[in-house]
Amino acid sequence: MEAAKVLDAKGMACPMPVVKTKKAIDEIESGDILEVHATDKGAKSDLAAWAKSGGHELMEEAEEDDVLKFWIKKA
Amino acid sequence: MSQSITTGQLARRVVNREKTLILDVRNTDEFDDWKIEGDSIEVMNEPYFNLLDGVGPVAEKLNKDQEIIVVCAKGNSSKMVAELMGEEGFTNVYDLEGGMKAWSEHLEPVKLADLDGGGSLYQFVRLGKGCLSYMIVSENEASVIDANRMTDIYEKFAEEKGVTVKHSIDTHLHADHISGGRQLADNTGGTYHLPSKDAEGVTFNYAPLEEGSNITVGSTTVKVQPIYSPGHTMGSTSLIIDDQYLLTGDILFVKSIGRPDLAGKAEDWVGDLRDTLYNRYKKLSDDLVVLPAHYSFVEELTDDGSVKARLGDLYQRNSGLQVDDENEFRKMVTENLPPQPNEYENIRQTNMGKMNPEDEKQREMEIGPNRCAVHG
Repeated sequence: MEAAKVLDAKGMACPMPVVKTKKAIDEIESGDILEVHATDKGAKSDLAAWAKSGGHELMEEAEEDDVLKFWIKKA
Repeated sequence: MSQSITTGQLARRVVNREKTLILDVRNTDEFDDWKIEGDSIEVMNEPYFNLLDGVGPVAEKLNKDQEIIVVCAKGNSSKMVAELMGEEGFTNVYDLEGGMKAWSEHLEPVKLADLDGGGSLYQFVRLGKGCLSYMIVSENEASVIDANRMTDIYEKFAEEKGVTVKHSIDTHLHADHISGGRQLADNTGGTYHLPSKDAEGVTFNYAPLEEGSNITVGSTTVKVQPIYSPGHTMGSTSLIIDDQYLLTGDILFVKSIGRPDLAGKAEDWVGDLRDTLYNRYKKLSDDLVVLPAHYSFVEELTDDGSVKARLGDLYQRNSGLQVDDENEFRKMVTENLPPQPNEYENIRQTNMGKMNPEDEKQREMEIGPNRCAVHG
């Protein structure tokens, strides 16, 4: 999936992954995709809930070597 | 500047029924699944990520000078939200240290009684999860029943009382929380007791908890008489202490009865459960005080913060004890069961010693409400 921007939020504890994701989304265009890498387990449910509340689309998520990856399409 | 409140301070408020407003900033799915409850507790939910652009969504609903305790999963987001609210002119905002993770592990000790032969009986109430465990203290010895994973709390309590934990007893193989029983016995040099019928395949040594074999605590004898009471698990065993207190494990609760399906044996064990509840317990004195291993509803807390009820009263008002028709009973405990507890199968494997997850993993496995009961 072609991401307009990749955010490295590895090692960050809640609430930083969502705070940083929100900032990064503000910096891309509507319809672009943001790729987020995080290690905080809570990011999984929080990012999904945050994306939903903001109308963004969580296109895909994956877990590779304890790194959670998310692809979010900006509304 | 932000101010904090500890889980212990919050627990005292729940027990003392002090009016408290909680703002839970976890996401709504998690909030709906499991939250802080109490008669005097008012709780509202607004996920922290809705407050990053400004605290407007909560500012509309709250007064700037009222006391608000902000709670999140681990204690970081709540601190951030409390600070944001402070910047917006809220003057009386606290965050709960350690969040729901710490709340899940808090144990509040409540003294239940002085025992006839000397010594005392305590109940440890795990407000965040509804688990109840017990400590008998007599002379310089103690026995802990259905210990939670946080063994340091019992050890510290015993140290304060100047007693040594000689016996650690599990009434059955738990499926909803990780037992600290074996660890506690290891740490204190005591004996770990478990019903042998629940110990099939366990990987450790234990003393079989059997009907008729008393366990003595202290030099003044506190008789602990195990009663075999199958149903929730095959080996479930109840204890009678001092001829006055009936520790029912997960067989009988104050408002409900145990579920027989957590080892996948609902159909097989429903008969045992019925026999225990409708025959064996019925033969015991109505005046026994039932002390279960769990509670489900915060209304079950009595005025002193403990969970207990007279056996005779439960035969009058516990809905699980009013189902005279055997088929109807069978239907009740095998159909319409609530969702099973989080990771219950892995918790059983851990309690059998077949899995040894790291501390952090154990914590995660236990997150969420306990669901050991059938509500009729």
